Amino acid sequence: MSSAALPSKITDDSDTVLRDEVRTTGMVWLRELIRFERTRTRILSGLIQPVLFLVVMGYGMSGLVGTTAGFDFKKFMFPGIMAMSVVTTAIFSGMSIVWDREFGFLREMLVAPTSRASLALGKTAGGASVAAMQGTIMLVLAPLIGVHLTAVLVLEIIGLELLMAIAMTAFGVFVATHIERMEGFQVVMQMLLFPMIFLSGALFPLNKLPGWLSFLTHINPLTYAVAPLRQVVFATQHMPPAAQKRFPASVELFGHTLSIGIEIAIVVVFAGIFIALAIRGFSRTE
Amino acid sequence: MVAGGGASVIEVRDLTRRFGEFTAVDRISFDVCEGEVFAFLGPNGAGKSTTINMLCTLARPTAGEVRVAGFDVAAQPKAVRRNIGLVFQEQTLDDRLTAQENLRFHAVLYRVPSGEVDERIARVLELVDLSDRRYDLVSEFSGGMARRLEIARALMHVPRVLFLDEPTIGLDPQTRALMWEDVLRLREESNVTVFLTTHYMDEAEYADRIAIIDRGKIVALDTPEALKAAVGADTVDLGTTDDVVAIAALERDGYRVEAVAGGARVFVENGENAVAALIETVGVPVLNVHVHQPTLDDVFLHYTGREIREAHAEVIPARMRAWAGRRH
Repeated sequence: MSSAALPSKITDDSDTVLRDEVRTTGMVWLRELIRFERTRTRILSGLIQPVLFLVVMGYGMSGLVGTTAGFDFKKFMFPGIMAMSVVTTAIFSGMSIVWDREFGFLREMLVAPTSRASLALGKTAGGASVAAMQGTIMLVLAPLIGVHLTAVLVLEIIGLELLMAIAMTAFGVFVATHIERMEGFQVVMQMLLFPMIFLSGALFPLNKLPGWLSFLTHINPLTYAVAPLRQVVFATQHMPPAAQKRFPASVELFGHTLSIGIEIAIVVVFAGIFIALAIRGFSRTE
Repeated sequence: MVAGGGASVIEVRDLTRRFGEFTAVDRISFDVCEGEVFAFLGPNGAGKSTTINMLCTLARPTAGEVRVAGFDVAAQPKAVRRNIGLVFQEQTLDDRLTAQENLRFHAVLYRVPSGEVDERIARVLELVDLSDRRYDLVSEFSGGMARRLEIARALMHVPRVLFLDEPTIGLDPQTRALMWEDVLRLREESNVTVFLTTHYMDEAEYADRIAIIDRGKIVALDTPEALKAAVGADTVDLGTTDDVVAIAALERDGYRVEAVAGGARVFVENGENAVAALIETVGVPVLNVHVHQPTLDDVFLHYTGREIREAHAEVIPARMRAWAGRRH
């Protein structure tokens, strides 16, 4: 065929391919950040729900639960609410693919001569960055709740939020690639997100739950993501032993108290699985 | 090799696409030359979108072979995509980003070397006359501007072929005309081959060659002029003070004439040029003259036996579209 002889501009050596894929991931990541920065109202509305939980439930329950050695329920809830904010934003960001599909931009991405894995990774990295930022904004409420912050604690919080956000954004991407319509999005939020948050220990201690509920909390990846966040926050607060007993921060599994390292490792494993599923889901999307 | 003389940049052989029992595209073959504007004209559901999707590697052919820019669409889809620009029926811009950001995103995904990105952004925006909107959010763009930006974006990576699937759908007539100016100009300036689908007759007129597709088959393929000529001659209707005398005079001079309501209908090669001679021939005062040249509507009617429907967005069920899409 005549046209086959025409010179081609394409270079396919593996070096440039890898560099191009990394550029692609970076670009998809950057788009998420630009969009986040441009939607200030979303940032604000993203704050309303956690604040509402913190204020309404925190104050409401504080009256019921009372103060143990100067430590009240609001302080217990605070790390959980931060986690809730991160997780909600993360899943939302991951699932924004549903919007991308609705408004056509997904097609622009999918037809590009690039690997789907790069796109999925960029989407995950972008959504996770946005979610971690949204969670970190919550720290402005810390003084109100009486939670003491140090520079090290803030760094620890950001690190743990990022890990949690990566796992949950990837989860969101994975779910979104299996949703064709906008209505499906609502269903997923109701059926997955809320139960996951309620059964993660974000809003109440998990130590006195009946067996079947306890089982659900232990298969919930979020449980292992919330606990380390609470542990690092609690470690910086003045907490008498009575309060530590009343408001446990770690996860108990088969009668053992998990160390923060194990909990983080479990989240890393979940993140790995979700990223793999997200890449697979994205690769199969058309 | 076909009219135009250039090398083929799209080669289609016995291309077929079936959805279950339904044959959407039925063994079609054609070539598109480098630098040509090639139109696929047909009513909704004729197989235009299915064909363009297969040419763009977005749908897998059931049978047959397609080479675009020298690459096989089934075997080397990524190579094909790097060499083509796509503008879809539906908008695929991110309206929360600026024009420049949309172009930059595209440039990275299509491997435009980083050093050339800024220069190309300036160039393609100039081509579609949007240079002054470079830093504006796409959400502030009109439908026509957004469509032009999509064309600019499709040109970012200097494709060999630009595919436009119903490019003017949903645009008002004035915007459509402007968009066509852009397409023809960029063909002049960048020598890109343009392959488009349309169900607007007047748009097909802009093309160098037209393939008329109906029920999955190409029923005619030629230049607009040749297609019209094939349908038949021009007609000149003459209303006179005495039609009987007029018809007799015309027949005497060897014209092909028939009587119609209100006068005589003469069949001639070139109606407009024949008018003066005809008026002289009839010998009686002429009251009115009407010259009719065959249109693409006549062409379509001639080849398909039906009039093309002026419908809006192509209604393909989502499920069928998903079916048509290919997986990577």
